[in-house]
Amino acid sequence: MTPELLSLSNNWPLFLGTMILKILVVFVVVILMVAYATWLERKLIGHMQTRLGPMRTGWHGLLQPIADGLKLFFKEDIIPAQASKVPFILAPMMICIPAFITMAVVPFGPDLVINNFIIPQQITDLNVGILYVLAMAGLGIYGIVLAGWASNCKYSLLGGIRSSAQMISYELAAALSIISIFMLSETLSLRKIVELQMEPLWGVFSFLPNWYVFTQPLAFVLFVVTSLAEINRTPFDLPEAESELVSGFCTEYSSMKYALFFMAEYANMIVVSALIATLFLGGWSGPFPGFINILIKIVGFVMFFMWIRATYPRVRYDQLMFMGWKVFLPLALANIVVTGLVVVLLQ
Amino acid sequence: MELLFFYLVALVAVLSGILVITCKSPINSAISLVMTFFCLAIFYVMLHAPFMAAIQIMVYAGAIIVLIIFVIMLLNLGTAVQARTSHCIAWGSVVGALMMLLAMTFLKGGETTTVQGEITKEVVAQVGHTELIGQAMFTNFLLPFEIASILLLVAIVGAVVLTKREV
Repeated sequence: MTPELLSLSNNWPLFLGTMILKILVVFVVVILMVAYATWLERKLIGHMQTRLGPMRTGWHGLLQPIADGLKLFFKEDIIPAQASKVPFILAPMMICIPAFITMAVVPFGPDLVINNFIIPQQITDLNVGILYVLAMAGLGIYGIVLAGWASNCKYSLLGGIRSSAQMISYELAAALSIISIFMLSETLSLRKIVELQMEPLWGVFSFLPNWYVFTQPLAFVLFVVTSLAEINRTPFDLPEAESELVSGFCTEYSSMKYALFFMAEYANMIVVSALIATLFLGGWSGPFPGFINILIKIVGFVMFFMWIRATYPRVRYDQLMFMGWKVFLPLALANIVVTGLVVVLLQ
Repeated sequence: MELLFFYLVALVAVLSGILVITCKSPINSAISLVMTFFCLAIFYVMLHAPFMAAIQIMVYAGAIIVLIIFVIMLLNLGTAVQARTSHCIAWGSVVGALMMLLAMTFLKGGETTTVQGEITKEVVAQVGHTELIGQAMFTNFLLPFEIASILLLVAIVGAVVLTKREV
């Protein structure tokens, strides 16, 4: 008897059980990674600037995220009197949720076979996986825009307007840069994209995997830069530019609501790293057991983003718009045309 | 189970649809509209059209409403003043009742007909919804597709020309 894909119809208790387990594991791992990404960032940037970073709480400051979390949790939650209440409370949730649910389509290991049922190590294998990722990335804007508007404060409003302009511009280039990936893979499912990347490079070189970073280097660079802009990290952190906007869209937020913005930033960073690893660097394939490979790739990219933060100054607003519309968008379009030509010629 | 889920989503869709027109602040209306689009996307998924669902969220929730909110923020619209609206409500309910009657006659109270097209649930499951749409769009409907894209291009160029007079 060949194993079949576990679904709600052929064994619902096992399906529900594994589903809940998978969701719990992914959620807890992402939350822990978010907490320790803050520690890692402070440590890394500290050492890059020849400081020590957090040292006091626990061994080398390892308990710092917990202490910070507790502190934020017990702070007074202030809602400004002039703020619009509903959007003000909704905004932190609306920025957090898209960040976390994007992880649902990221595969983190090979299929398991239990009792003749195939259980994919992925919460759900959507056949429109990439489109789902893009759709969720588009929803992330709401949190920032609403936070900026609802706070009824000029710094927040400026931050919100900047971020909506920035994210709309860069979303286009990010989406166009990964179109060339599914022109090659001919599927939108992230699981199949990872499987395709395990074959030898271009079917010729057996010592290298068929990672799309080798076939699509331009798309890779474009996607890394544009997603950096989409998640508002330095050098594109204009929505919360401290030196001019205090703290941008989250100026008026305090306590756990502020912590949610903070978490969303790091969760976004982890999600984007996971997507880059899945789309361009072979996902969970590699020398170690599945999930360790993708964790290494994710942590690698997170550290790369932190390194960028320690290195580059913030870009100016007109430079940002110039790069988005006049450099990245045409390059992504040109990449699609060239990829299309090559695909047609090779057929 | 699926029916229960449908009713739940339908309830949310109708409620958020009502909120769109009753909210005083335009931003709250826009958020409710996003919610309605989300419910529509869920309906598409339940109708075995995941591609439509993803596009619905990407285009409507992810782009159009963001632009609407952007405009509301830039214009800094206040909350709506209470105007006398009783005659509007009356006309609206008449039109709504007529449309519901029309929809009900077409649906015949939820009866399924025996008419079946080429593309059934099985075909969608086998070939894939995205592939089917792609095939239809780039073979039979290539000309309408190109005309639509040229129209959009004209609209974009027009918008740029109108806003930036001296280039």
